[in-house]
Amino acid sequence: MMATPSALATTTADLLLVLLIVVPVAGVLLAFALGDRYVRRVAFTVIPVGLAISGGVLLALPQNDGHLVYLLGAWPPPLGVALRADGLSAVMLAATAIVVCAVAIFAAADFRLAAGYGRAPFAFWILLLAVWAALNTIFVGGDLFTLYVALELLTFAAVPLVSLEGRAETLQAALRYLLFALVGSVLYLMGTALLYGLYGTLDIVLLSHRVSAEPGALIAAALMTTGLLAKTALFPLHLWLPPAHAGAPAAASAILSGLVVKGSFFILLRVWFNVLPGVPGFAAAQFLAALGAGAIVVGSIVALRQQRLKLLVAYSTMAQIGYLFLLFPLALDASGRLETGQALAGGLIQAISHAAAKAAMFLAVGSIYAGLGHDRITGIRGAARALPLSVMTFGLAGFALMGIQPSGASLAKELLLQETARTGQWWWAGVLQVGGMFTAAYVVLVLAHALSPSDQPVALVAKPPRGSGLAALALALCSLLLGLLPWEPYLPITYTVESKLFGDEALVKFLVTVFGGAALAILLSPWPHPLAFSAAGKTIMQLIAPLRRTCIGLGSLVETGDGVLRQWSTASISLLLVALLLAALMFAAN
Amino acid sequence: MSSVSVFGLCAAAAVGLGLYGLITNPQSLRKILAFNLLGSGVFLLFGIVGRRGAAAGVGNDPVPQALVITGVVVAFSATAMAIALLLRLFHTSGSTTLGSRAPTSSRSDAPGG
Amino acid sequence: MSIATVFEIALAAVVLGLAIWTIAVPETYSATVGFVAYGLLVALIWVRLDAVDVALTEAAIGGGLGGVVLLGAAARLRDAEATAAERPDRSTRLIAAILSASIAAALAFAILILPDYAPTLAPAVVANAGATGMANPVTNVLMAFRGLDTMLEKVVLLLAVVGVWSLASDRAWGGRPGPRHEADPNGVLAFLARLLPPAGIVVGIYMLWTGADHPGGAFQGGAVLASMWLLVIMAGLADTPPVSSRWLRFILVAGPCLFLVVGLGGLCFGAAFLAYPVAFAKPLILGIEVAMILTIAATLALLLAGAPERNT
Repeated sequence: MMATPSALATTTADLLLVLLIVVPVAGVLLAFALGDRYVRRVAFTVIPVGLAISGGVLLALPQNDGHLVYLLGAWPPPLGVALRADGLSAVMLAATAIVVCAVAIFAAADFRLAAGYGRAPFAFWILLLAVWAALNTIFVGGDLFTLYVALELLTFAAVPLVSLEGRAETLQAALRYLLFALVGSVLYLMGTALLYGLYGTLDIVLLSHRVSAEPGALIAAALMTTGLLAKTALFPLHLWLPPAHAGAPAAASAILSGLVVKGSFFILLRVWFNVLPGVPGFAAAQFLAALGAGAIVVGSIVALRQQRLKLLVAYSTMAQIGYLFLLFPLALDASGRLETGQALAGGLIQAISHAAAKAAMFLAVGSIYAGLGHDRITGIRGAARALPLSVMTFGLAGFALMGIQPSGASLAKELLLQETARTGQWWWAGVLQVGGMFTAAYVVLVLAHALSPSDQPVALVAKPPRGSGLAALALALCSLLLGLLPWEPYLPITYTVESKLFGDEALVKFLVTVFGGAALAILLSPWPHPLAFSAAGKTIMQLIAPLRRTCIGLGSLVETGDGVLRQWSTASISLLLVALLLAALMFAAN
Repeated sequence: MSSVSVFGLCAAAAVGLGLYGLITNPQSLRKILAFNLLGSGVFLLFGIVGRRGAAAGVGNDPVPQALVITGVVVAFSATAMAIALLLRLFHTSGSTTLGSRAPTSSRSDAPGG
Repeated sequence: MSIATVFEIALAAVVLGLAIWTIAVPETYSATVGFVAYGLLVALIWVRLDAVDVALTEAAIGGGLGGVVLLGAAARLRDAEATAAERPDRSTRLIAAILSASIAAALAFAILILPDYAPTLAPAVVANAGATGMANPVTNVLMAFRGLDTMLEKVVLLLAVVGVWSLASDRAWGGRPGPRHEADPNGVLAFLARLLPPAGIVVGIYMLWTGADHPGGAFQGGAVLASMWLLVIMAGLADTPPVSSRWLRFILVAGPCLFLVVGLGGLCFGAAFLAYPVAFAKPLILGIEVAMILTIAATLALLLAGAPERNT
């Protein structure tokens, strides 16, 4: 993204950028034209090709000084539109390709053409390819309006995935999602109109040279940021996320939670770091991270109070989205300018780690649901024996999310912690640690129920296909091993991270996180656990009973507050408030 | 007052009205109407920007014009999809509002849960 | 104050009045009618802003077909109004009003302080018109300079169709969208449906053809064709095709497919993806637009028709 647009000689590697968009789009068109019987076959032809192209970008990038540029129609910006890839794009492209692959393998059994019912497979495979096309465009788009069209493409692909089952509440969830997302894109579009009026271009690189912190640009920045926050479902703009992500079929939830919310988040990174790094300033960055901290606390507490596993995982997504926003204040340099440095790298690794882990988690929960016929947390005793693969996948993905070494989340946390020390913002170090503990809380809660033995043998409604289970497990393992990959060629990592796999320090960190999480789970989850009825359990529960009552009371208060915030009028008022506050903070900083 | 200022204020007012309608109107169809109003305000914003950029014998910068044409089509698709969802919701449950409750019940024959 | 300014202020005032009506009037159907009128008057604003291409699009798609979708929904949802939830209380409405007004004020401020020197790409667009051989600068931007946006937006339209169709019940899948229309074969509607389409088709094709050099193009033409088709369907003279129909699927992807193929051709025979060889630019673009007008007409009409409902 840093390279200035010039009539660089186009190489074969640059051509990959075009193919990234063309191949999935061609898949969408072909699948649509050929119809029900061939959609799945088209998808499984396109997916390996797309995977190879994303891999190609990953390989080609270091040989091209870390930048690929393609001028569409050979028209240089500002008149034309450029596609550009940098290290950030490359890793996101690769992560997306892998998650899409795994989800497709998982869904191969669910969305096949069963006797006459072609509707769901037809929609699912086309929408899957469309999500991929949209995300690839977002990762390599070099023009703010192209990014807008890609963002809309993503929304149009995501909304029908929510209502694939056609039940009334999923229809309602889809409608809420669509309307709120549309308001978000309109706010984004307002900002782009102002930027064009000020600078006469929407090309990201050209804008980065022209933008200065003048009033019009500040208003544009506030509007665009708010619009993207609404699409990313950052607290308190998360009204649409829990019902939409929990109501969709498992494979669709995995795509929505793992990938779709990352699209608008990535555009936000482009806007803040590439278009106007000098504009937002200290206060606005702190504000975003504060909303993120709010998301972690509220999302995790409400997750612990859910009766249904899918809703628990959906609220966990809300909390994890908050985690991503901690990178903004940590990326500020001494003059209040955003620096493309280690904080950005950490945040992006966290996003990728979450993409893989959360997709795996939703797939595992989907298998548990299909196997048991329900997903009530208090009713999954004995699941570990009946569905070992799914419970193991859930556990591994959970460990990856809470930052156990060598997961991507642990590397991300390490990088962000180093930045808190470097910039002297110790308060975010606390949030980072508490965030990991909260994640551990709901993972431990689910595992404690699933691992405890059942009195009577568990009757399985259906046996999940082995291929599906293995695909989910592979994703969880990916997330768990992300910390071992060489990120340096792609992301600005300056410090060397010592990752001692089995050192004392790692063990202590692991134990602190898990036990802290277990304590939080006991204190905040209102559901009785079978272990609490053993003799030792009873004594402990009696000792902490007053504290637990207080905590559960607090939790129920938070849940009520969340319910209020998720009402349409409250959420949209919050949206406008966030926009105005961001604008005010940016004005104050400049 | 130039036409740019007149219509500029008009665009800003349409945006404000659209936002107000989106927040306060309980009917989903009215929310969709308000979204369209909001959208047309934003498109007008592009039109004003383009009008200011009239040059080379073209009365309105063609680039923002093209962006608006794309935007109008996207907004129309969004309206059509929202209406289809709304009608289906009404058909299925008799309700046309956006309750805030998360899904609680679920169908057991759903693919993959 | 010149007469033109007075006219513009009056136009803006009427438009705003209709906008307020759309938001404030209690009955949904009246609000929708108000919005359609609003859309048509906004098209006039676009003419005043010297953006005739946008004015045509706004009138045809924003006001026209969008109005039909909204009015149809309002009519079908009339009974639902009684069951609607209550309006938010007074304090919520007050807060909403203050915040919306603040955003509008911030936007107005941002518009009024735009620099006196307005940056523009108009000279660049005009200077490069030779590359396509077409005189309409907006068509050049849509088809040549920003071809990717236009292609992706066609995919958005297609996804909207997929989204609408995905709302069918499993039993109705593959069937015909929307209710069957039975109109009096000797009534006014049937009369119009026989009279207008021939003229409408000519107008639509003319709009496409003229779009090369004058305001117009595939969208505006496609919207006209779509409304003609819908008229015939509503008069009961023809039925909507079943969504499993092979030729229908083919028409729905023809436009973006040809765009993609020509774009890839640019890779082999031209300078880059989505570049047109100069000698063939105009015929190629017109070819894409011909495919596109059919795709757009079918897409718009099917979006209006709704999800498959009948399997006969």
